[in-house]
Amino acid sequence: MPATTRVGVVTFPGSLDDRDAARAVKAAGAEPVSLWHGDATLLGVDAVVLPGGFSYGDYLRAGAIARFSPVVAEIVAAAGDGLPVLGICNGFQVLCEAGLLPGALIRNAGLHFVCRDQLLRVESTATRWTSQYDDGAEIVIPVKHGEGRYVADATTIEQLERDGRVAFRYLGGNPNGALNDIAGIRNEAGNVVGLMPHPEHAIELLTGPSVDGLPMFASVIDALVAV
Amino acid sequence: MTVDTVQHAAETPDQPQPFAELGLKDDEYTRIREILGRRPTDSELAMYSVMWSEHCSYKSSKVHLRQFAENPPASDAMLVGMGENAGVVDVGDGLAVTFKVESHNHPSYVEPYQGAATGVGGIVRDILTMGARPIAVMDSLRFGDADAPDTRRLVAGVVAGVGGYGNCLGLPNIGGEVGFDPTYGGNPLVNALCVGVLPHDRLQLAQAKGTGNQVVLLGALTGRDGIGGVSVLASATFDDSVDETGKVAGPSKRPSVQVGDPFTEKILIECCLELFDAGLVTGIQDLGGAGLSCATSETASHGDGGMRVDLDKVPLREPSMSPLEVLMSESQERMLAIVAPADVEAVLERCAKWGVLATVIGEVTDGDHLVITWRGEVVVDAPPASLADDGPVYHRPLARPDQAQDALVADTSASLTRPSSGDELRDTLLQLVASPELCSRRWVTEQYDRYVLGGTVLAMPHDSGVVRLGDDTTRGVALSLDGNGRFTRLDPHDGAQLSLSEAYRNVACAGARPLAVSDCLNFGSPEDPAVMWQFAEATRGLAEGCRALGTPVTGGNVSFYNQTGATAINPTPVIGVLGVIGDVTQRVPSGFTSSGQHVVLLGDTDDELDGSAWAWVVHHHLGGRPPEVRLDAERALAAVLVEAAERSVVVAAHDLSEGGLAQALVEACLVGGTGASIELDGDPFVALFSETAARAVVATEDVDALRSLATKHHVVAKVIGRTGGSALSIDGLFDVGLEQLREQSEGTLPALFG
Repeated sequence: MPATTRVGVVTFPGSLDDRDAARAVKAAGAEPVSLWHGDATLLGVDAVVLPGGFSYGDYLRAGAIARFSPVVAEIVAAAGDGLPVLGICNGFQVLCEAGLLPGALIRNAGLHFVCRDQLLRVESTATRWTSQYDDGAEIVIPVKHGEGRYVADATTIEQLERDGRVAFRYLGGNPNGALNDIAGIRNEAGNVVGLMPHPEHAIELLTGPSVDGLPMFASVIDALVAV
Repeated sequence: MTVDTVQHAAETPDQPQPFAELGLKDDEYTRIREILGRRPTDSELAMYSVMWSEHCSYKSSKVHLRQFAENPPASDAMLVGMGENAGVVDVGDGLAVTFKVESHNHPSYVEPYQGAATGVGGIVRDILTMGARPIAVMDSLRFGDADAPDTRRLVAGVVAGVGGYGNCLGLPNIGGEVGFDPTYGGNPLVNALCVGVLPHDRLQLAQAKGTGNQVVLLGALTGRDGIGGVSVLASATFDDSVDETGKVAGPSKRPSVQVGDPFTEKILIECCLELFDAGLVTGIQDLGGAGLSCATSETASHGDGGMRVDLDKVPLREPSMSPLEVLMSESQERMLAIVAPADVEAVLERCAKWGVLATVIGEVTDGDHLVITWRGEVVVDAPPASLADDGPVYHRPLARPDQAQDALVADTSASLTRPSSGDELRDTLLQLVASPELCSRRWVTEQYDRYVLGGTVLAMPHDSGVVRLGDDTTRGVALSLDGNGRFTRLDPHDGAQLSLSEAYRNVACAGARPLAVSDCLNFGSPEDPAVMWQFAEATRGLAEGCRALGTPVTGGNVSFYNQTGATAINPTPVIGVLGVIGDVTQRVPSGFTSSGQHVVLLGDTDDELDGSAWAWVVHHHLGGRPPEVRLDAERALAAVLVEAAERSVVVAAHDLSEGGLAQALVEACLVGGTGASIELDGDPFVALFSETAARAVVATEDVDALRSLATKHHVVAKVIGRTGGSALSIDGLFDVGLEQLREQSEGTLPALFG
């Protein structure tokens, strides 16, 4: 039995949901480890969560500055070696900016920030972060963002669909105009997943609409323990 | 640049000065000369003009506000009362909460996005200044008629500003209100509330004590934004800058609106909390209205000596700024910390870690003056208390406008045509549900993050916002923010008490024990005796009401000069009530979520339709007397609701206010997604639409337990139906499906503003 799984949660200046992500990691049974944006080290963690928020204020373009931080350089390198990485909302934007995932997140089609409880379908369970869901499971997870409209060129979208790399899809109304109702995607290896909805806000019924976010954090522990 | 120094001022006593243009009266200018023993320098004159402005000095309201502090209700929860940046209330377990509501009305009219955004930023810094971690915000917004030409610009900008700042700051928005009335057409109300939590021993005060302690400016660069915000915008009407249509505020005032940078505020919060936890500051004050002028004079006045400040050290966005501009700037996201010399290095290190600019700009002295230098010359040399605490106090003339007020009261709703048949009642209900007054606020609240920080237990559309105070506690606070300008217009004394009653009731509906009050008093010009009469009546009503309910006023804010042209707004005290709930898992939501439960109406209903949503929406009528104030009944009702929550006797509770029982039932059905079948006694119109106070509708599985609680507290409890189905059915009169109700309720705001 390996020691407790250690999951790093990055704090950029302007990260907002970092403590929430740490809480979710803990609720799933792993040990959250705080990672600082300016430190070029991952402290030997087994997986990393890039949380939601507005890194460095995101005045230029969401995630555009964060990708240059020392910690992201470490994450990019480690992800290449198979480190499980989950990017939530701003974290997803950072992963796209950093080139770990294709495409980009642009301003919502309605131009407004949208906060609502969103129905999603799990489209791919072949990732380190979704293995505990049933294929095609329908889950409710909050979305809250102003720049969450997933876009990519036609070839990329076609490729994502063909390779089953769309991880989550919006159901019952697309909150931001994302192409093909895409809410989240994975890389080819399945260790890197990015999504706009916030699984860390769906871990207890007292404060969230469901507990549907918990399996995402439990999946990575499962995957690591299995190794 | 030549600058008016103290020496120069002493040598040129007869130099004419623009005191009137800065809003100072002849006798005030004379008093300044007496205090200083010479004419003030340009910088001093500017400082006195902002510190003695209505906004900073409360000169017109002070004599009325005293009654909140002088004869407060008995409460053992108050740790810090009025006078500090925000009141602090003990909530048990070594924890305290601090909360306050404040206005940013005039800036939001001139520049809606930035005005609203910096309104949120300002109140959040007030809470931080007390040593608290801000944990939630709320907003109370009022605009002109929903279909008036300028309303769309204001709604879009204000909502985006409140959301843009709060979302980026990472604070959940847990509730509030949106209202429309023509009297706010040229003067919207933007009131923001923030609540924070702190361990008792982290409490901070805004004082500069200890000779030799260093004065450290934290946060953003100082620029030319917001100069004269408190005097130009907050302490005068828009008369000189509104065109004939009353539509557009002069662009000339736009530079007086500050520009917000929530990212800087976010890191400032994290940085300050680290400094507090490490015990590195001895005093702290935020820079809000009147900027450095206010922060230096207030901390020095509340300290034990004087202060010396070197303006050359202040990091500037624009190097060409004059000393007067540096002192007046209301650039946002700045704090002033008082730090022992030995701790300065540690403070600078922590600030560097967060990327927060930190600069020593002065020190606490053993003198008794605030001395400010610029390029080696003294530009300010004044007793700080004369700026901060000894401003003018007015006993403004006040007079009830008998003729107009009597006519208003005499014009009751009795002559208005009332619906009687089932179809008519159904149509009336649908008209009200879809009206801008009562329709769903979802279009607004969806633009606010309610989840961040992970502690939100209830948020809109529930009666109160409820937040858990930490991950390792079940303790939480509930907050509601309510006002009713129409009731207050009909009777300022009773209207203020009705607003208080509603907020108090909402908190109790969630299952929390109401504990304390913060108020934002929005009124017209204090120079109008009729407005001052409204203000005097409203504050008297509020003070009496708070005593009767046992909830002290902990702080708040007064906003005068809210006028559209020559017409004052409806007097609008917006009341925030904070309650405590020992176990947030026992909170009571407002929606009907399952079938087969008994629907029980708590409280008596009388025929009280004057000033109601029905009278306004259907007949565009405002007149008569507002509903009777029932403070004893409110207390009893709250006792039933809180005990019922603690014993898990009720599964849903929703207060009755605007729109009466009809609107409460519609909301309970829509929020919970379950219909209800209701039987009414007596006149169905009165039963459905009267706005009698001290009432709530609850859902329960255990009618006997609820009845015994109600009997114990002498509250009338009447079973009026059962939950279930997909429609709201009023027996023998009409049915209306939830889908239709939802379309009616949720379609209105997107159609107007989407």
